[in-house]
Amino acid sequence: MNFFPIATNIVDYLQDSVGLTNGLAMVLAALIHGSLLVGIFMGTPVVWIWGERKIAGRIQDRLGPTRVGGRFGWLQSVADGIKLIQKEDLVPPAADSMLYRMAPYMVCVAAFGTMMVLPFGETWVAVASDIGLYVLVAILSLEVIGIILAGYSSGSKWSLFGGMREAAQMVSYEIPLSLCAIIPITVAGSLNLVEITQLQSGWANNWLIFHDPFVLITFFVYFTVATASCKRAPFDLAEAESELVGGFHTEYSGMRWSFFFMGEYAAMFVVCAVAAILFLGGWNSGIAPLDAALLEMRALSADGSFQPMSYLSNAIGMGILISKGWALVFVQVWVRWTLPRLRIDQVMITCLKYLIPMSCFLFLGTICFPLVKFYFSAQWEPVMENGKQVEINGEKQWDLIDSNTSIWAPKADKWAKPNISAPAEDVETSQLILPNSTPIDDGELADVDRQVAGGTR
Amino acid sequence: MTYEKILFFIFAMSACGGALGVVLAQRVARMAFWLIVSLGSVAGLYFMLHADFVAATQIIIYVGGTLVLLIFGIMLTATGPHVKIQTSPGELVMGAAVGVTLLFLIQGTVRSVDWNKAAIVTSGGEFQQNEGQGYNPTGQGNTIRPLGMALLGLRPDKDLGAPEEAGLSSGYLFPFEIVSIHLLVVLVGASYLARAKQRTRPTV
Repeated sequence: MNFFPIATNIVDYLQDSVGLTNGLAMVLAALIHGSLLVGIFMGTPVVWIWGERKIAGRIQDRLGPTRVGGRFGWLQSVADGIKLIQKEDLVPPAADSMLYRMAPYMVCVAAFGTMMVLPFGETWVAVASDIGLYVLVAILSLEVIGIILAGYSSGSKWSLFGGMREAAQMVSYEIPLSLCAIIPITVAGSLNLVEITQLQSGWANNWLIFHDPFVLITFFVYFTVATASCKRAPFDLAEAESELVGGFHTEYSGMRWSFFFMGEYAAMFVVCAVAAILFLGGWNSGIAPLDAALLEMRALSADGSFQPMSYLSNAIGMGILISKGWALVFVQVWVRWTLPRLRIDQVMITCLKYLIPMSCFLFLGTICFPLVKFYFSAQWEPVMENGKQVEINGEKQWDLIDSNTSIWAPKADKWAKPNISAPAEDVETSQLILPNSTPIDDGELADVDRQVAGGTR
Repeated sequence: MTYEKILFFIFAMSACGGALGVVLAQRVARMAFWLIVSLGSVAGLYFMLHADFVAATQIIIYVGGTLVLLIFGIMLTATGPHVKIQTSPGELVMGAAVGVTLLFLIQGTVRSVDWNKAAIVTSGGEFQQNEGQGYNPTGQGNTIRPLGMALLGLRPDKDLGAPEEAGLSSGYLFPFEIVSIHLLVVLVGASYLARAKQRTRPTV
């Protein structure tokens, strides 16, 4: 785990060029990067609450907000925010006042905490953990506690129903969510979100979604489950304003109410950004020459120094990742205003009867797919025909004589080339693992290579 | 005072404060909330020790799993609006006795570690391999690989210097699989016992 790799860059810059002391430079750098993350965390709700109202308006043949801020009503979210800050902060007498006050913060903290491990660029990640995805899923699962506590502590029947529905839904939907997240992990062979994205550089066919048909289907299953885990329509049973008034947030008003929505929109962005990283190439643009140029620019600061071009490259990568995430958020908004809400039993049946078996099957299929692909794409050659050995490269391949069967084996030099190569960090290991690696001069290593290849065969 | 120390004190204070809150709170849901604070802060301490796998596991199992079930259980079984637990003085005395005993145990463990030796490694700058206990900065960011290898029976940290006749460690994959199948059987059995005896008409 590498704490604040970019912060060291900017700390050096502040110390050497601006001339601050070490302590002040570190505090300033932490503030800069912290406020950048808060900006992303707050910016997503501001943009998408306006966006959702606009899109909903268009879908329902209305105009949506038009007045505030000129042509498109683009200041609507800001006006909403100012209105919500001015509202009175009410606590119902029946509520458990401490939990009632704390619950919105828990939702926000959980959604914001996930951004700690979310990589926006190759070096633009607060904590580049080896198990980034695992940490992210763990922190995101805290959000449900805030919702349940809000529902329980409000002291209202509507809220309690909303909280219970949320609990039941979340406990069920976490299973297919983790299963679907594991599938690209098994393909990439790493839990590190930075490494997973680095594997997908080059043309768009290197993206994991195009790796095999199972991963392609997994993307859609993951997206459905992610929509449900953000309690977005058609799975917004915890809210269900037509049955439960407002569900878990019935009793809330003002800023505390808006914290729930900040958390919800930020969580939507986070799960969509994770989908973009796992399946859609993350910060890679999908255009090989552009990615290569960005990589060159990024390599300028490989020694850890501050380079404006490298920052620009990371900023472009972050722009690409955020656009991909926002495109998926747009789909979630589109789905919300197109599909009707399910009933709670339908939600549970969708998860337990369809999504869990589907994700199990996809998991199995993704594991088996490389074997099947190898069987059909490798060039096979006879090593023994009717008990007679066939010589390859002057060597007899089998010692079996008294068999009338024919044995076919894949040509050693024509192994199916894997679509995704092993991470390039460890050259020796990748030479050992990859069957199609070129023979190396080092005698000992070549022996090991042959042994490994033989063992795999 | 370094920034790590400031962060450590923040997390340590909230872990202790959360633990006190669990003991002193009257309502069960508030206890659950303080438990979240305490366990989450301990997870933060694990993060600071670069044990991110343990930290994430702590969050996902205790905070995300057990406590959700706890609050869920309170909501489903509560007869009144806010369930309270009245602690009797005898229970308080017993709890205090257990707590003090545990405190002495932890204090004994802490004193048995050679912190001077560990301090050389952390602050001296020369990354010598520290045998035994203590903080090891050379292992940063590589928590999951050694764990996975140990699961499969590869222990590079132990096997490399070990005598030949000691043999290789056997790995934890087999016990892990046995435990997971055991849990699956328990789950199937529990759902069989808990299912409705009369077949209800499907509503869909």
